Amino acid sequence: MGNRRHAPLAPVVLDQVFMPKIESSLFDLSYFDTLSGLDTPIHRLDPRVKVVTTMLFIVAVMSFDKYETSGLVPFVLYPVALLAVGNLPLGYLLSKVLLAAPFVFFVGIFNPFFDRAILVHLGPVGISGGWISFASILIRFILTVSAALLLVASTGIHGVCQALDKLGFPRSFTVQLLFLYRYLFVLVDEASRMTRARALRSFGTRGTGLQVVGHMIGQLLLRTLDRAQRIHAAMLCRGFDGEIRQFRPLKIRSGDILFAVGWLAAFLFMRIYDVPQWLGKLATGLVP
Amino acid sequence: MSHHIVEIQDLHYTYPDGTPALRGISLRITHGESLAIIGANGAGKSTLLRHLNGCLIPEAGTIRVGGFPLTKKTLQQVRRTVGMVFQDPDDQLFMPLVRDDVAFGPLNLGLPPEEVEERVQQALATVGAAHLTNRPPYRLSAGEKRSVAIASVLSMDPSILVMDEPSSHLDPRARRQLIELLKSFRHTKIIATHDLDMALDLCSRTAVLRDGRVAADGPTLEILQDEALLEASRLEKPLRLQGCPLCNARQNRDAG
Repeated sequence: MGNRRHAPLAPVVLDQVFMPKIESSLFDLSYFDTLSGLDTPIHRLDPRVKVVTTMLFIVAVMSFDKYETSGLVPFVLYPVALLAVGNLPLGYLLSKVLLAAPFVFFVGIFNPFFDRAILVHLGPVGISGGWISFASILIRFILTVSAALLLVASTGIHGVCQALDKLGFPRSFTVQLLFLYRYLFVLVDEASRMTRARALRSFGTRGTGLQVVGHMIGQLLLRTLDRAQRIHAAMLCRGFDGEIRQFRPLKIRSGDILFAVGWLAAFLFMRIYDVPQWLGKLATGLVP
Repeated sequence: MSHHIVEIQDLHYTYPDGTPALRGISLRITHGESLAIIGANGAGKSTLLRHLNGCLIPEAGTIRVGGFPLTKKTLQQVRRTVGMVFQDPDDQLFMPLVRDDVAFGPLNLGLPPEEVEERVQQALATVGAAHLTNRPPYRLSAGEKRSVAIASVLSMDPSILVMDEPSSHLDPRARRQLIELLKSFRHTKIIATHDLDMALDLCSRTAVLRDGRVAADGPTLEILQDEALLEASRLEKPLRLQGCPLCNARQNRDAG
């Protein structure tokens, strides 16, 4: 039963006035579920293999010296390959990467002021160590965040949680993550309804003060606690005993091993040999 | 079969904040019966339902489900027998995909994977939601969520179904489909509702709660025609039993 046709989530114009940001970015976020439902060689890989490979990638990228820039560049091969083979939309993922960019920008922006020693001369212009380490932070950020986003887009949150669980991560952590994702949408829905109700009854700046926001957050917390109790009751009714069992069996195939070992070798190679410098030497060697 | 009798005797319950909710409820529901529990907001309907599979522990009085008294020891057994459909499907559908949710109960019962798979398919087919198997629950419509919530209980193969406001938030068509679905079930059904027309369609027997007590208990048609009783319980005759407004107006005009 139930109506089969499911209308696409069309944002109402009025809503955009009252709830411009969070709601629409959340609708956007649920697009990850659509992406993780695709069927490509990347999507078919075992989630554990993808989680482990992503972790190795992140460790390799983070292990470089703080002034490294050119050595990091070849690592872009991994996200690009996943993006291409996984048939994932570049623009959408880039916009998600940019969402976190301001944080990283402020983490790194003070480096040029504190670290003024000139490290590199580009013709007449001297570049200080601060600017180089800032660039290095930005490159690392783009690489690691895009790898993590690609993991989620090609595996889905539930796949990632299942993999983490199977890999021996603490169960309380994986279950929390699962519930966080499931109820994020319910919570945002509740919050946006409250915000809309407030917007409809506050005129100008009145009714939008900090005190009201405080009350609303308190209200939201109470509702959440109530809901948590009801969910727990619903779980108990169906025999919950502290363990979430899932019945999608995971199977590692030879392709999975090839994927992990292949990329591990590539990461090691790119970590040990400075590929751009080597290519540069090759080029300058050829042109005397 | 006598083992699916639900027997409630002199049940009392007071919420931790001191609000008395139930003040001596006694009911006996036999196998295959379908009982509507009606009453005003705060009359104790939901509180009563929550006792039926041990979400709340009675302060005084006893509950027997299928011959067992409901205690800590028999709790698991009782929860297998009594399938509870919550009022808000969002509370009940907590897993990432519909299939995981329907499989949650059977997996906790320790069934082998093949059997779990079979039960999931069967439960979803029964409620007409087989096409939703791989969808995340938060993307479903209210009617779809309700169907899946019912499937997630059916997959445990309970013999008693307990439902809190199953027709709330549904559009008329989805409500009608729900009624037809519930009609086709052979389970013992206990349904708390404000939808008196649905009670008329589904339940042969109705109990009226008022201030934590059973104000009346009898055949649905009789109860729902007792205007004095309904009035005193802050209820109204089901719309279908009220006269047609057009005919009434005409009659009044002719008489006047």
